[in-house]
Amino acid sequence: MRLAVGGRIDRGKMLRFTWNGRALSGFAGDTIASALLANDVKIVARSFKYHRPRGLFAAWVDEPNAVVDVRWNGQHDPNARATLVALRDGMVITGVNGFPSVDRDVAASLDLLHRFLPAGFYYKSFMAPSWHYYEPRIRAMAGLGRVGEATETRSFETRNARSDVLVIGAGPAGLAAAKAARATGASVLLVDDRAALGGSLLWDTATIDDVPAHAWATAAIAGVRVLSRTTVFGAYDQGSFALLEDRAEAPEGWAAPRLWVVRAKRVIFATGAIERPLVFPDNDRPGIMAASAVLDYLRQYGVLAGRQVIVATNNDSAYGVAEALRDAGAAVEIADARDDAPAIPGIKVRSATVPLGTGGRGGLAWVDLGPRDGSRRDRVSADLLAVSGGWSPAVHLFSQAGGALQWDADLAAFVPMQAGQLVAGSVTGAADLATCLAQGHAAGLAATDAGDLVGPRTAAASPVRPILPLWGLDLPGTRQWVDYQNDVTAKDVRLAASEGYRSVEHLKRYTTLGMATDQGKTSNVNGLAILADATGQAISEVGTTKFRPPFTPVPLAAIAGLRHGALFAPLRHLPVHDDHLALGAEMRDYGGWARPACYRGIGETTEAAIKREAANARFRVGLFDGSSLGKIEVYGPDAAAFLNLMYYNEVANLRPGRLRYCLLLRETGVVFDDGVVGRLAADRYLLSPSSSHTAGVLAMLELWHQTEYPTMQVAFHDVTAAWATFAISGPKSRDVVAGLGSGADLSDQALPHMAMTENFIGSVPCRIARVSFTGERSYEVSVPSGYAQSLWQHLLDLGAAAGIMPYGIESLSVLRAEKGYILIGTDTDGMTLPVDLGLEGPLRAKKIDFVGKRSLLTPDATRADRRQLVGLLPADPETVPVPGSHAVLREGGASRSLGWITTACRSPVLQRSVALGMIESGRARMGEEISLFHLGKLSRARIVAPCFYDPAGEKLHG
Amino acid sequence: MLALPCPHCGTRDEAEFQFGGEPAVRPPSSVSDTVWADYLYMRRNEKGAHRELWCHAGGCGQWFVLTRDTATHAVLP
Ligand SMILES: [Zn+2]
Repeated sequence: MRLAVGGRIDRGKMLRFTWNGRALSGFAGDTIASALLANDVKIVARSFKYHRPRGLFAAWVDEPNAVVDVRWNGQHDPNARATLVALRDGMVITGVNGFPSVDRDVAASLDLLHRFLPAGFYYKSFMAPSWHYYEPRIRAMAGLGRVGEATETRSFETRNARSDVLVIGAGPAGLAAAKAARATGASVLLVDDRAALGGSLLWDTATIDDVPAHAWATAAIAGVRVLSRTTVFGAYDQGSFALLEDRAEAPEGWAAPRLWVVRAKRVIFATGAIERPLVFPDNDRPGIMAASAVLDYLRQYGVLAGRQVIVATNNDSAYGVAEALRDAGAAVEIADARDDAPAIPGIKVRSATVPLGTGGRGGLAWVDLGPRDGSRRDRVSADLLAVSGGWSPAVHLFSQAGGALQWDADLAAFVPMQAGQLVAGSVTGAADLATCLAQGHAAGLAATDAGDLVGPRTAAASPVRPILPLWGLDLPGTRQWVDYQNDVTAKDVRLAASEGYRSVEHLKRYTTLGMATDQGKTSNVNGLAILADATGQAISEVGTTKFRPPFTPVPLAAIAGLRHGALFAPLRHLPVHDDHLALGAEMRDYGGWARPACYRGIGETTEAAIKREAANARFRVGLFDGSSLGKIEVYGPDAAAFLNLMYYNEVANLRPGRLRYCLLLRETGVVFDDGVVGRLAADRYLLSPSSSHTAGVLAMLELWHQTEYPTMQVAFHDVTAAWATFAISGPKSRDVVAGLGSGADLSDQALPHMAMTENFIGSVPCRIARVSFTGERSYEVSVPSGYAQSLWQHLLDLGAAAGIMPYGIESLSVLRAEKGYILIGTDTDGMTLPVDLGLEGPLRAKKIDFVGKRSLLTPDATRADRRQLVGLLPADPETVPVPGSHAVLREGGASRSLGWITTACRSPVLQRSVALGMIESGRARMGEEISLFHLGKLSRARIVAPCFYDPAGEKLHG
Repeated sequence: MLALPCPHCGTRDEAEFQFGGEPAVRPPSSVSDTVWADYLYMRRNEKGAHRELWCHAGGCGQWFVLTRDTATHAVLP
C-alpha cells in the first residue's frame, strides 16, 4: 500500500498504466516494481522451471523474479526488469512465463512434478527417444518474454570518457572518495546506477560535518563529473570500464541506453553490498522480501509492503528496517536466529528463532516460527516476511578487474583482498556510516597520492553483534529455495554434490544456479555455502564462480552502437551513380560498391538484358563504368625495384606507356589479387587492383615497404576516388574514343593492346588505356572524378550512332567467362597458386625473391596432381551447371572429388552453357568427359581449354 | 579495449589499429622447406611478454613493434 507521505515520488503527477490488462496508477518517481507493490500486486512472475508464483523480492539490480514485458509509446521491451525501469504514463505491462497469465498459469501443475525434475533433469529424464523430441516443448514453457516483431529504430550511441579517478558507486563511501579525490585537484568521474546519489544517505537521519546526511551528499559532488542511472557493467583491459547509461528518462522519452567506455588512472570500488535471502522451507512465496528492499520501497517510494510484518534475520542490519516499519504504522515482530536478541520498543523480538515454513494462497498468510531444529513451531499471521541472511559485498567489478577475494568468517562474506586496488564502503564488509565515510575518504586521497585532508565527521557507530551464518535448515522433505528465478533448491545443490560435483563452476552449470537474469546476485553465496557443507569443504575452499561481465544485462544493440546496416558497411557510390539509375540500372553490392548489375528495359528480364548487353559489347560497342577499379600510384626512384619484389610477374622491364596483367601473391604463394600494372614514367607506376582489394593491396605494399624494405625510396597513393574510368568495348570502340578529340594517336601501332597514353580532352587531363575485360577491342578512358558525368554523357552521345549501350557487371561476368578471364575469389580460393592458373613463366624467369616465390618451390606446390583451371563444356548445352558442383570420379567402388565448378553461365555468343573449374590434373585431362555432381544429380561435361571464344585473341588486338 | 602507443600519434584506441602478429625474419629462398614453413606458420605465442607488429591503420599508417603482456594486456617498455 502507498503511504500518504514519504518517499522521493511526486504525488502531484499521477501515471496510469496497465498490469495484465488491469488499469492501475502510480506516481512520477516510481519504478514499475514500486508501482506494482503500491497496488498490492503479489504475483509478478512465474519461476523458470516449476512455474511457481513469484513476488518482488528485492528493489534493485538483485531482483531475481520480476521480469516483465513492457510496451510504451511504440517501444517494446519483452524482458524488462521491473525494479530498474522507471514507470511512465500509459505503460502496458504484462507478466511473462505464464499462460494465460502469471496470476493463473496452467503450467503451474508442473510444480507437482518437481520430484521428477531435479537438478540436471535435462540430462537424465528426456533422453528417450531423444532430447530433440522434448526440447521445443520444454523451451516453450521455460521462456521469458517474447521478442517483438518490430525492428529497433532508436539510435544507440557510444561515448568515451577519461578521468584521473573513476569512483564506482555513490553511496557514503563513494561520495567521500569522490570529494577527497576532487579536493586534491584530480578530475573525478562518479558513477551510480540510481537516479539520485547518496544511497542510504537519502534517508539516513545522521548528520555529517554538522549538516543532514542528504545535504552533505549534495555538497560532496561539487566539481565532480557525475553519471547517474549508469551501471558500470564490465571491467576490461588496461583499466578500462564499460558503462551503460539508462536514458529512459531522457527528455525525448525512453531513449536508447548509451554505452560509455571510460579510462581512468585510478578506480575506486565503492560498489556496496547485496542482502542475501534466508534459506528455509517455502521461502519463495510472494510476500517474502529482502529486509533492505522493504526499507527501500518505504523510503524511496512511500510504499509499505505489508501491515503485519515478521522480520527474520541472523544479523543486526534488519533491526533498523523493523523500526522503520513500526514507525510507518505496521505491526512488526522480529525473529532473530541468534540468542539473546535485544528488546526493541513496540516490537516483539524472539531469540533463537527462524522461519520454519510459510503458507497462504496467492500470497503470504502465515509463517511458522521456531528453533532451527524445527522441534517447536508457532504459526504467526503475516502478510509480509522481511528476511536478512547477511550481506554479500558486491565484489563483481573488483573481481573482474583482477582483484582477489577472501572468505571472512566473522562477516560470513567474501571480501576484497586489497592489494593495490582501492575499495571502500560496504563492499569491504563495513557496516556503519562512520567506517564507510572514513574508508571512502582514505581511498580518495590514496587515488591521487596527495597529502592529508580532514575527512567527513559523523557519530561513531554502536557496536555490532556478530552474524550467525545460516545456510539452510536441516529439515528433510522440505523445499528450500536458493535461486528463485531458476528454481534451484538446497536439495538440488546437495544432489549435485552427492553426484560428484565438487567444483562450484560445475555446480553452476549442472543446476543452473546463478544463471538467470539476476546472475546469482542473491543466490551465489548461499549456494556455494550449502555445497561446502555437503562436500565437507570449507567455504574458502569452494570459492566463488568467476565473476564475468556484464554485471547486469546489456542489450546487444547498445554494444553494436552505430555499427549496423549502412553505417557498419557503407556502400560506396560511383561518380555517376545517378546516371546509372536514370538508365534503369539495377544496383547491387559488388565488393562494397553499388554497381549496375544490368540495365533492364521495360518488361525485359534480367537474363534478356544480359544477353542484349553482352552481344552489343561484342558486336557493336558497349559502355562500362569501371570507376571502382583500384588506382594506386607508386612513385619514387625505387618504384620499379620495389614493385618487382612485390609482383609475381616481371614489372621492372615494363616500358613507360605499357601495361601488363600481373598477379600479387601472399608469402604462402597463394594468389591474392590480379590486376593491370601500368608504367607512366621511369619512376612512376599505376596499379589497378580489383575493386574490392584496393585497400588490401595498398596495405600489403605498405607492410612490405615499412617492415622488409624500409630503405627503398618509394611511396604509394590510392587515387581510386580521384579518377572516374569508363570502358568502351567492341569493334566500334575506337571510333567512339576518337570522337573525344583527345589528340591521342589511337592507331594500333601507337596504342596497341596493353598500352596507355596521357592526354587532354579540352583542358581536362585524361588517360586512355587499351585494356580489355571482354576479349574485344577496348579502351578505358579516365578523367578526374569531377568530370565523370560529362564524360559519361558525352560517350553515350558520341556512340549513339554506333549503337552504344551501357552494360553491367552481370553482362561483364558472361563476357569474361567466355574468354576464360578469372575472377579472384570466385575462380580462385585460399589454395590457388599461379601455376594452377597456367601462369608458370615468371616463376622460371624471375631470379629475385619476390613475395611468395619460395612457397612455389615446395613439394606441395610442384605436385603434378594439383587442381588446375580448365574450361568445361556440359554435355547438355541447355543446362548451366551450378558453381560449386563437384567433378567426381568413381574409383574402386567409391566416388571422390576431382575439384569443382567455379564459374558457369549461358554464353550468348556460343549459344550454349560454358563453365570454368578447378580440376585435379586438369591440363592433363583435356578432352576427357567427367561427371558433375550436384544435389544428388549427375551430369556430364567435357574438359577443354579455359577459353571459349576467340582463343587466338584476334578480336582483342584488332 | 586496449590503448596502444603509436610512435607518431601517441596513445590511441585499439579500434584504430591492425594487428600484424609476431614479427618473423624473412629467410632467403635458398633455405630448406622446413625453415621456410617455420617462417610462414610457426609462432612462439608466448604467455607474458610478447613482441608483435601493429599498424596504426586508422591513423598515420605506421607499422611498429610493440611488446605486450599477453596475460594482462599491459604494454611493456
Ligand atoms: Zn599513428
